[in-house]
Amino acid sequence: MNNSFQSVIDTFDVFLAAMRDTIVMSLVSLVIAGIIGLALGLLLYATRPGNLLGNRTAYTIINVVVNLVRPIPFVIFLAAIAPLSRVVVQTTIGVPAVTFAISLAAAFAVSRIVEQNLLAVDPGVVEAARASGAHPVSILLTVLIPEGLGPLILGYTFIYIGIVDMTAQGALIGGGGLGEYAITYGSQRYDWWIVYVSVAAIVVIVQLGQFVGNRLARATLRR
Amino acid sequence: MPVLVELRGVSKHYRRADTGETVVAVEDVSLDVHQGEVLGVIGYSGAGKSTLVRLVNALELPSSGTVSVAGKELTAIPERDRRLARRNIGMIFQQFNLFRSRTIAGNVAYPLKVAGVPKDERDRRVAELLDFVGLLERAHAYPEQLSGGQKQRVGIARALAASPDLLLADEATSALDPETTSEVLGLLRRVNKELGVTIIVITHEMDAVRQIADRVAVMEQGRVVEVGDVYDVFSAPKTGAAQRFVRTALHDRPSPDTLARLRERHPGRLVTVQITDEAGLQNRIDAVFRSAGVTAELVYGGVGEIRERRIGSLTYELTAGGIAGAGAGAPDAVDRAVAALRADGVTTDEEAAA
Repeated sequence: MNNSFQSVIDTFDVFLAAMRDTIVMSLVSLVIAGIIGLALGLLLYATRPGNLLGNRTAYTIINVVVNLVRPIPFVIFLAAIAPLSRVVVQTTIGVPAVTFAISLAAAFAVSRIVEQNLLAVDPGVVEAARASGAHPVSILLTVLIPEGLGPLILGYTFIYIGIVDMTAQGALIGGGGLGEYAITYGSQRYDWWIVYVSVAAIVVIVQLGQFVGNRLARATLRR
Repeated sequence: MPVLVELRGVSKHYRRADTGETVVAVEDVSLDVHQGEVLGVIGYSGAGKSTLVRLVNALELPSSGTVSVAGKELTAIPERDRRLARRNIGMIFQQFNLFRSRTIAGNVAYPLKVAGVPKDERDRRVAELLDFVGLLERAHAYPEQLSGGQKQRVGIARALAASPDLLLADEATSALDPETTSEVLGLLRRVNKELGVTIIVITHEMDAVRQIADRVAVMEQGRVVEVGDVYDVFSAPKTGAAQRFVRTALHDRPSPDTLARLRERHPGRLVTVQITDEAGLQNRIDAVFRSAGVTAELVYGGVGEIRERRIGSLTYELTAGGIAGAGAGAPDAVDRAVAALRADGVTTDEEAAA
């Protein structure tokens, strides 16, 4: 067992690269999942029977797809998505493959967060917008999103933390990042210093995200 | 007056999602709203009045019947055209429904953005409207910084932004205290008089109808059971529902409790006379009492104004006997007095004995 901090110093360049990979994977997949999830969430909200674009068939299809994908544990999803990632990002390993898998898996989670937060928006303001003669798509984009923005930002912050967790699981397919560093340099060599440094780095990355999210949400909620 | 809104045989039925049973919200309503008038629609909650108003701007479509506004049959045109038609119909709400993410100016500007009005003209119009409702200095505040009355004034400014011909007010004063209610009703009256906007006011408060409406439609269980000029409905309500609402607004007739108390102090017969705006009415009533030889003591009542016309009722205790009160009057003097009043065209009700 290696209980000296020396190993951390020796592998510092690996640590920095892992940190960079984690941040890149997290942010890139947050943006991609955020956009896909937003679109999917808007569709879920709008097609819900009785809503702006109420359509039972469309709602049921999207709802079932989301419900099918969401419960798949991410480690299994990583493996299951391999054929698709070979087509889309031309590889089944490394940072691109992990980012692709996270973007897709997180998009479904984001869609639920978006749907829930839009449902929480006062239906009265939607009615006021409809009474003004606005188009449903315009109401979605210019009324619902701004009205639900504060909670949406908090929801995205929540998802971001889940995404950081997913990047660590990416170690399974050679994803790089702090997860792989902690496992290959740390636990597999019984080098606990490396594990703890990785944990600390992830805590910092998560805290920074939470801080930014809280700040943005507070600014939009004006409280 | 030309007709602005025309409802013909309009019904709206819902299927309840949980039990699957059909709920009748509006049943076979035919109603005209004239250009330039204020129409009050009154009914208890669940009478279908909120659904009715949403049929007028086609936020809901009827199960059967037709709805036309400004000559356009909303029930016969595609949704795209209905959206255009809605720009000509403003709407205000009980809970104001302001956009919390926008400033006051942003709220008022919204319908103008929807209508594609260019920015400089939009700004000019927003300032004009905020000035009209007296909130120009709060243009950059957010809705949560305003009082209820101020929020409704913003709601009114927003509803008027695109210069509509018709304004729908859905329980617009029900969340406000009496003083603020009068203020908002006064503003709506100005909207009607100064801007010539036709208004449909949905309410469960007859007092609001009394303060603002020219005509009133009484709704009960989805149907319009009585329509008429406000003065006529107040002075001669035909249906039970109308009578109950009129009573809540006028407070001029004794309630059963009050009547019981009056009887303890006044052993004579209690007779309620309806006061209209007929000239010389008081003199005629007095003359009838005198010639019948009854003593009349005023024990209850109230006289006010609706649409600048006198209205109310007075309850008298009538006892047989002249002013001297020596008990000399004939025993049927009171009956003769009541008969004479009725013969004279004065609506007279004897309060039932306890």
